[in-house]
Amino acid sequence: MHRLKWLVPALYVAFLMLPIYWLLAMSFKTTNEILGGFTLWPQNFTLENYRKIFTDKTWYMGYVNSLTYVVMNTVLSITVALPAAYAFSRYRFLGDKHLFFWLLSNRMAPAAVFALPFFQLYSAIGLFDTHIAVALAHCLFNIPLAVWILEGFMSGVPKELDELAFIDGYPFWKFFLRIFLPAIAAGVGVAAFFCFMFSWVELLLAKTLTSVEAKPIAATMTRTASTSGYELGLLAAAGALTMVPGAFVIYFVRNYIAKGFSLGRV
Amino acid sequence: MSAKTVNQRAWWLVLPVVVLVGFNAVIPLMTVVNYSVQETFGNNRFFFEGVKWFSEVVHSGRFHDSLKRQLIFTAIILAIEIPLGVAIALAMPRKGFWASVCLVLMSMPLLIPWNVVGAMWNIFALPDIGLLGWTLNKLGLDYNYTRQPFAAWVTLIAMDVWHWTSLVALLAYAGLSAIPDAYYQAAKIDGASGWAVLRYVQLPKLKHVLTIAVLLRFMDSFMIYTEPVVLTGGGPGNATTLLSIDLVKVALGQFDLGPAAAMSLIYFLIILLLSWLFYRVMTLGEED
Amino acid sequence: MARIRLEKLRHSYVAAPARDADWALKDLDVQWDDGGAYALLGPSGCGKTTLLNIVSGLLRPTSGRVRFGDEDVTDRAPDQRNIAQVFQFPVVYDTMSVYDNLAFPLRNRGVPEAEVDPRVREIAALLDLDAMLAQRAAGLTADGKQKISLGRGLVRSDVNVIMFDEPLTVIDPHLKWRLRSKLKELHQRIGLTMIYVTHDQTEAMTFADQVVVMHEGAVVQIGSPVELFERPRHTFVGHFIGSPGMNILPCEVRDGVARFAGMAVPTANRAAGVASGARTEIGVRPEFVRFADQGIPVRVVRVADAGRHRIVETRHSDSVIRVLLGEHQAVPAHTAHLAFDPAFTQLYADGWLAGEAR
Repeated sequence: MHRLKWLVPALYVAFLMLPIYWLLAMSFKTTNEILGGFTLWPQNFTLENYRKIFTDKTWYMGYVNSLTYVVMNTVLSITVALPAAYAFSRYRFLGDKHLFFWLLSNRMAPAAVFALPFFQLYSAIGLFDTHIAVALAHCLFNIPLAVWILEGFMSGVPKELDELAFIDGYPFWKFFLRIFLPAIAAGVGVAAFFCFMFSWVELLLAKTLTSVEAKPIAATMTRTASTSGYELGLLAAAGALTMVPGAFVIYFVRNYIAKGFSLGRV
Repeated sequence: MSAKTVNQRAWWLVLPVVVLVGFNAVIPLMTVVNYSVQETFGNNRFFFEGVKWFSEVVHSGRFHDSLKRQLIFTAIILAIEIPLGVAIALAMPRKGFWASVCLVLMSMPLLIPWNVVGAMWNIFALPDIGLLGWTLNKLGLDYNYTRQPFAAWVTLIAMDVWHWTSLVALLAYAGLSAIPDAYYQAAKIDGASGWAVLRYVQLPKLKHVLTIAVLLRFMDSFMIYTEPVVLTGGGPGNATTLLSIDLVKVALGQFDLGPAAAMSLIYFLIILLLSWLFYRVMTLGEED
Repeated sequence: MARIRLEKLRHSYVAAPARDADWALKDLDVQWDDGGAYALLGPSGCGKTTLLNIVSGLLRPTSGRVRFGDEDVTDRAPDQRNIAQVFQFPVVYDTMSVYDNLAFPLRNRGVPEAEVDPRVREIAALLDLDAMLAQRAAGLTADGKQKISLGRGLVRSDVNVIMFDEPLTVIDPHLKWRLRSKLKELHQRIGLTMIYVTHDQTEAMTFADQVVVMHEGAVVQIGSPVELFERPRHTFVGHFIGSPGMNILPCEVRDGVARFAGMAVPTANRAAGVASGARTEIGVRPEFVRFADQGIPVRVVRVADAGRHRIVETRHSDSVIRVLLGEHQAVPAHTAHLAFDPAFTQLYADGWLAGEAR
């Protein structure tokens, strides 16, 4: 029975890859072919969709813009979430339980609710159409997520470890960087990936808060739905390309998420 | 685990988080509340109406229907994605080349913008031009999600499972990686079987991570909008008009922001209440 | 009951070990008699945990054999070796009660419930856990959890050896000595072989009858705490054990006598037979150095108060020599002379005790 264990992830990955294959196939077809009938692979193979994306400034800048504010947001979110998660994990303080739940409550309203108020707010402080605006706005839902995930992993590290380092005379920053962070590496890796991912795919707020300078790829993609009808091939190509940066991120953090680190020797 | 120490100075560690999140949360929330208790006849003149909108929404049959659909949808999603995600995480290789391959491939669905997810499944499942739809019909099934409510539901659920199970799997996988080797070693020495290790070592240690996964999937599936809208538009008819889709229809259809704002708040309160319940249940028995 | 023998044990974590440094364990031959209390002492990274895991079966050695009594157990899984292990971080099954935790190893082996109950209660009483049997294991303090870990090992009647991997690491300092005494008491009552890995010499010296000192994957000395203290075979042992460690002074050997600071220093071991070109040193513990009217001239540099005694740091040109003085002994002001007790002064060549077979 154990021998067949590999079948589970294998079948799952196969299931995941089918629609992705379809997406890739569509990206190499013309919209006419896609809508014309069923073809398993492109009959009229075309690179036109990709060519358009790589040459049209509004398209590729969309990726650059998205990448910019997403990275900003991920770094910011993880950085402020680490001390907060540590506080929640190790200390009791006035209002801590309510504060913890309040953080999560910020993910309980659809982004649509915030769209107009955010537009007014960020325009009022002069940050409209900047990368930092979107990065800050995404903090609304990413920071709570990061805090929740990190706190969960931190609680898995025995508190005695902190005290041990303290007794041994380790300065706190040294303990945090050399002992604590490696112990929660899986949590940091997965939190960073999720912050990246949720910010990367967030459409509405990113579109609302930008117009030209910081226009994200998401906005450019919705354009294809309105201008010249539904340019499916182009949309598919753009969609396929959006997977690439995230793939790098998960590849980068894979050693933290997999059994690269564990509570080793002290 | 030893008790947490009481230390009010810990607030300094939490302050940056509170500032950044609060800045984004409080001000817009006040705006929404403001709208929800007012009525307008245009020209930016608002009249205070108290709880009129709230009462209208709560008594609306239409609201009840979309709420029912939403609850069923979320329940099915959770019932499939949580166990499936955990099972995959348990079966995945712990480290090495294949682990990296799995991780990268698994994260692909999560990275696609939601409107593209909806669009690709839209075509994918079409009976005449999509891979799935064409294959199912070729196999003899009468499948057309644009006309059949049941097929629409199945497609919607399949799409969500395809899209989001990896989130659960990744969280569970990270949680498993964080279990120190000593636990597995001790279990070996204690003569524990594979099932005993699962039940007494792995699942308890995954509890924290699973709580996060359940809450996340609950909230996100309860608020789901883009993917079903692009896939079915809420149809056929009203078959897949989930709560948020209905909310937008209301907001766009009316002149007043009042009903939509009221509905938003009720929506939020439902999620808040159910999340809180989930949270309490899942952290039962945890000492402080 | 078994005598444990490790023969020609070598282990590397690297797939194709090339250099010396790739080997975590370099050619070990150790024997442990039945029922003894042994310590594996050494600094971090010296290979002691590797050795422990090989004995318990959690690790298969790259080469060499492990024998329990007459049987070769090198290929056997841990649960077939009749061993128990207590880890550095308390390992308990959180969802189970203390009672169920202790019963777990027995139930896994199919022991009937009727036999499980008295055994669990017996061990719980031994470890002072009987009041907490119904409590959830997750709620105990660190030392309580370590006792549960220990209990899971003791509860099995087929256990011959219990291994401890730095078990007091996360215990509160003021509870450490309590748990340590408990371990010693247990050993005297039950008489199982106990192997205790630590980097803390106090723990090792108080717990063990015999200490195995390890350094960089090799066994440097095996002996009783007294032997290790009075006659270290290697300068590393002299330096690592004792607080402060042994004074190690470079010397030269002329006419079969060691000489330091221009004077002859009588040593307990013979200086004859030392290979020419070897690095020769004198080792003498601060406990065996005293101030005298004649002897090696030194400058008094610093006095550190360590409670019941004082450590005086003196210097002769570049060499630092430490002297241990009792509370009431006078400390010379600026300059003084030192005399070394010849019975406890040793000559070392290339780090090893001169004249000894390696």
